Amino acid sequence: MAMNHEIIEKNVGLLAVGIVLVISIAGLVQIVPLMFKDETTQPIEGVEPYGPLEFAGRDIYVREGCYNCHSQMIRPFRAETERYGHYSLAGEFVYDRPFQWGSKRTGPDLARVGGLYTDEWHEIHFLNPRDVVPESNMPAYPWFAENELDPERVEHRMRMQQRWLNVPYSDEELEAVQEELEGKTEMDAIIAYLQSLGTAVEERR
Amino acid sequence: MSSFWHWWVVLLTLGNIVFIAWLIRYTARRNPGEPAEGETTGHVYDGDLTEYNRPMPRWWLWMFWATIVFALVYLVLFPGLGNYSGVLGWSSTAQYEREVEQVEERLAPIFERYAAMEIDQLQEDSQAMATARRIFGNECAVCHGGDGGGTVGFPALNDGYFQWGGSFEEIQETIAGGRQANMPSHTGLDDEQLDALVAYVFNLADRDVPDPDLIPKGEELWDQQGCFACHGDDGTGMTALGAPDLTRGVYIYGGSAQAIRETIRDGREGEMPAFADRLGEDRVRLLSAYILQLSQ
Repeated sequence: MAMNHEIIEKNVGLLAVGIVLVISIAGLVQIVPLMFKDETTQPIEGVEPYGPLEFAGRDIYVREGCYNCHSQMIRPFRAETERYGHYSLAGEFVYDRPFQWGSKRTGPDLARVGGLYTDEWHEIHFLNPRDVVPESNMPAYPWFAENELDPERVEHRMRMQQRWLNVPYSDEELEAVQEELEGKTEMDAIIAYLQSLGTAVEERR
Repeated sequence: MSSFWHWWVVLLTLGNIVFIAWLIRYTARRNPGEPAEGETTGHVYDGDLTEYNRPMPRWWLWMFWATIVFALVYLVLFPGLGNYSGVLGWSSTAQYEREVEQVEERLAPIFERYAAMEIDQLQEDSQAMATARRIFGNECAVCHGGDGGGTVGFPALNDGYFQWGGSFEEIQETIAGGRQANMPSHTGLDDEQLDALVAYVFNLADRDVPDPDLIPKGEELWDQQGCFACHGDDGTGMTALGAPDLTRGVYIYGGSAQAIRETIRDGREGEMPAFADRLGEDRVRLLSAYILQLSQ
């Protein structure tokens, strides 16, 4: 039979199947097993699903595109752990859907920013970062203080995560969401979220 | 990793490499029925355009083989095949720990030297102060400013006054253990009473009081509300409680009449986080020496 490869080259359907097979091998080897490993799918001790306020804050974090300038991934290098604390562990991110690892650090990494500064510092910083860090080029987010949360929407989003992504929220927890978020502003939420980041690992360095 | 996923990774990886090797050999060799090298393939385009059957360039072929050999050597040396940990026993955790250890070894004698020094020796040692400046920039500057000048809500460290005490020991204590300051709110006061208190507080610092007639009333309220319990009879503060000296005319939360009024009415909660776990004793001590130098 002359020129076997002609069969593939002249049959687009077969060529497409071949291409899919070839390019999926790396994914099958590197990604698929991670979906079944305890190390990557089970939370480490102390990691809980986000509470309503943190959950709402996380949505604001995503909405404002914070990941464009802030990573949430401390790599296992001394220079990083010296500045940011213990390197990130896979089990810390199991309830992050989607995760906010980011890949750019115009601002500092935030994986362990929880508890590092006071709530008041965060509030001043969001209203105008230059008030506390004169060199900062971070934009101000004054609307956080004015915008109230939409508790109904937050509850809906949490229910979706419970239902479709198996986040272990109890029904009682979800019942209480709206009450808990009554009158809270976006500022309260984003600060609560930031203060929760990376706190499950107690070792600071 | 369970043995299923272990073999999944191993078989897919090795199978892929074997397949690629086979593919190169298969396509590089002349198969029966194919035209010989140097002959035309038989394809004719646009009526008279034909193509030769030429071998793949040898350098290109060898590079392909080199990548396959590299992959195999790599998979023997490093962990790549499922649970197999590689001949070299490399892991990212071990590499990280080694890196930390090496730096610690290098730094240990330096910090040992600092630990043996008295505070004034530290302040005169340019290396010690340069180290401290870096730590200050990394840990303290975010709130207290790069020059220690502070900002509204965060006390200045460079003006010689420390609300929690300015001795070497007290500053170390503040950094290591953190501080919680609590100015209670006085929501029961009406506008007039607040104005009077503000006038009295202005007067404590010898500032010009817009309406001096209010001062006596303010003094009365000062006693009645128990301000002296924390700020002292004469308003010079109390370091044990972190109650600031009000006679200096410098205020953490702003010195305008409006700001002082808010402070009295709504109260303030100042929080200095604890850094003992983060920095360790040696660095806290070094930092304290640096901060004291800033304040001089």
